[in-house]
Amino acid sequence: MSEMIDANEIRRKYLRDGMLPTIFCNGCGHGNAIDYTFWAIEELGINMDDVALASGIGCSSRIPGYINADGLHTTHGRALAFATGIKAANPDMHVIVFTGDGDCTGIGGNHFIHAARRNIDMTVILLNNFIYGMTGGQLAPTAPKGSIATTAPYGNIEQPFNISELATALGAAYVARWPIFYPYQPIKSIKEGIQTPGFALIELMSPCPTAYGRRNKLGEIDQLWAWYEQNTILIEDYEKTMRYGTEEEKAAVKEKFLIGIFQKAEKPGFFEAYDRMVKKLMANDDAKWGGGGAE
Amino acid sequence: MKYQRDPVRIRKVLGDKVQFIQGDMAVAYGGLVAGVSFFGGYPITPASEVAEGMARLLPRVGGTFIQMEDEIGSIAAVIGAAWGGVKAMTATSGPGFSLMMENYGYAIMTETPCVIANVQRTGPSTGQPTLGAQGDMMQVRWGSHGDMEAIALAPSTVQECLDMTIEAINLSERYRHPVCVMTDGEIGHLREKLVIPDEDEIELVERRTPKLPPGEFLPFAPSQIDGSKVPDFAAFGTGYHTYVTGLTHNEKGFPRTDKQPDHERLVMRIIEKITDDRKRFVNIEEVMMDDAEVAFVTYGASARPARSAVMDARKAGIKAGMLRLKTVWPFPRDEIMAVSKKVERIIVPEMNLGQIYHPIREYTDQACEVVMAPKIGGEMHLPHELAEYLGVRT
Repeated sequence: MSEMIDANEIRRKYLRDGMLPTIFCNGCGHGNAIDYTFWAIEELGINMDDVALASGIGCSSRIPGYINADGLHTTHGRALAFATGIKAANPDMHVIVFTGDGDCTGIGGNHFIHAARRNIDMTVILLNNFIYGMTGGQLAPTAPKGSIATTAPYGNIEQPFNISELATALGAAYVARWPIFYPYQPIKSIKEGIQTPGFALIELMSPCPTAYGRRNKLGEIDQLWAWYEQNTILIEDYEKTMRYGTEEEKAAVKEKFLIGIFQKAEKPGFFEAYDRMVKKLMANDDAKWGGGGAE
Repeated sequence: MKYQRDPVRIRKVLGDKVQFIQGDMAVAYGGLVAGVSFFGGYPITPASEVAEGMARLLPRVGGTFIQMEDEIGSIAAVIGAAWGGVKAMTATSGPGFSLMMENYGYAIMTETPCVIANVQRTGPSTGQPTLGAQGDMMQVRWGSHGDMEAIALAPSTVQECLDMTIEAINLSERYRHPVCVMTDGEIGHLREKLVIPDEDEIELVERRTPKLPPGEFLPFAPSQIDGSKVPDFAAFGTGYHTYVTGLTHNEKGFPRTDKQPDHERLVMRIIEKITDDRKRFVNIEEVMMDDAEVAFVTYGASARPARSAVMDARKAGIKAGMLRLKTVWPFPRDEIMAVSKKVERIIVPEMNLGQIYHPIREYTDQACEVVMAPKIGGEMHLPHELAEYLGVRT
C-alpha cells in the first residue's frame, strides 16, 4: 500500500497532459471508472510504464486517452483482440482494456467470448450503460426489455445480454459487477482483476443520463442513481432471498441485476500456459541438438 | 520475457538449407528468418499452411502463435503485438482479406509495421477456395475506406515467397506501414526448390526508436532523427506513454477530428512517406526487353506462363519481352511509362478480369496499345494461350 495521497495528487500523477476536458456528459459514470482505476493502480504500486491500455470505440473507449500510459484506441469491438497481441509481445505488462457494452458485446461479442474462454491475461473494465451513447442513443444488446432507444422507439423487445454471467460461463478467471456509484468495491475488484492471472472482467454499471436516462424518463441524476440502487442486489442477498424468502420477496428480487463477485478462480492464464509449452519445446530441441542448443 | 531473435536456433528449427517445399511454408520460413515473433491467424484455404507452419515453428524459437477467432481478430492481434514492439504477421485469403480491411486501414492510419500474406483465391465471396487468382490486387490498394497508399509485393516462385516475406517485413519496419505479400493459391501450394539464406546473406531492417526523451518526443511527427516522413517508433513498455488512435490525430497522437488542415496534413504525410520514396520501391524483372516490340507486363503466378510464351515467341522470330512487377504497389509508373515509349504493344496477363491493366493504361497514356489478357476460374494461363497474344501461331 502506498502512503496517503489526496485526490488531486492522484489526478496529477495519472492523467495525461493535454487531453482534458473529457467528452463525458454531466452525470456520466465513466469519469468515476477512471478515478477508481487510478486508485487501484496507486494502491497496487504499479509503475505506469508497465501498463498498456487498449480500447475500442464509444464513450468508454476514450478513457485510455485520459490516462498517462501507453494506449491503443482501436476499431469498434476489436480491443480485446488488439490487447491479446500487446500482451503476447509484452508478457510482463499489465494490459487493461476499457470498453463498453455495445463495443464489447455488440460488435465485439466474438472477440469477448474467445478472450474470456482462452483466459487471456488482461483486465477488462467494461462500462455498461445500456445504450450506444456516443452515437446518440441507439439500442445496445444490454438494454433491459422495454427500454426506449432511437432505434427502438417503441421499446426494446429483445432479451438483453447478461455480460458477467456470460463471462462466468466462459470460465474467465475473475468476474465482478458493480454499480459505478459504489467506489470501494470497484476499486477492490479492479485491484483483484489486475492481480489475477488470466482474464478478469469488471463490469461497471455506469449511467448514461443523456442518451438513456433522459429517453427512459429515469429523472435527474440523483434519481438515476437511485434507480441503480433499487434495481440491483448483492449476489449473497439474492441467494439468501431465493433460499429463505417468501414468494413475494422472491418475486421482488427476480428482475434485479446481481452485483458482486461472480467468479474468482485460480488458474493459469493463456500466456503462462503458452510459456510453459515454449520452455518444454526449447528444452527438447536443446537436448536433441546435443545439450548446447542455440548459441 | 520479450522475444529475442536467435538466428542459430531459427536455422536449426528450419532444418536443411535446401528444401523442396510449398510456397505457403516458404512464407512462414521467411517470417521466421526476418524475426517475426507473433503470428495471429485463422484457417482459410489456400493460406492455412502458413498458419500451420507458424504454429509448428514459432513456439520452438520462443515466438507466439495464436489461432484467433476470425481474421478481424488476427490482424488486430498482429497490430497489438507490433505496438508491443515485436515483428508480427498474419496470412489469409480473399474472404479473410475482406474481413481484414477494417484493421488494415487502422494499421495504415496508425503507421503500424506488420505484414499480411494474401494467398489469393477466386472471388467474389467464397469463390473457388482451392484455386489461385489475382483478384485482390485492387483491393489491397483501395479496399479499406479513405485515402491511402499501399505496399504490395507479388512473388512468382516459392523462393520469392521466402525472399519477399523478408522484404515485406523490412519495408514494414522502414515505412511503418502494413505490407502485403500478394501470393496466390497456385504459388502457395506449388512445391519448388527453396534455398534458406544464411544469416550473412540477409539484411534486416528495424523500426527506428526515439532519440528524444518522453515529453519532447512526438510519436506521429516526421522523424526527429532526420526529418524523414516516417515517425520514430516508441513501442509500448518503453516509457513513452504513446497514445495511438485511428482517429485523425496531431503529432502527439491526440485526436483532432474537426479541422480540415489537421486531416490533410496527416494523410498526406502517411501517403508521401511512401510515394516520396517511389524510386526505392521499384523492383522489376526484365526479360528480353532490350529489343522488344511487344511486351507482357505482369506479376505473380501469371509471369510463369508469360515467360514461356516469350521464349516461344522468340523462337518464332517475334521480338517479345516481359516486364515483371515484383513490387506492384506503389505502382512503378515511370518504368511503365518508359516501356510504353519503347514497345508497340503491352499485353497484361492477369488471373482476374483486368486490374493492374488499369494503372498500366493510365501511365502509358496512350503511348502504346495496352491489351488485357484476363483468365479467371482458377486456372493459370497456358503458355500457348499467351503466345497467341504475341502473334505466335499454334
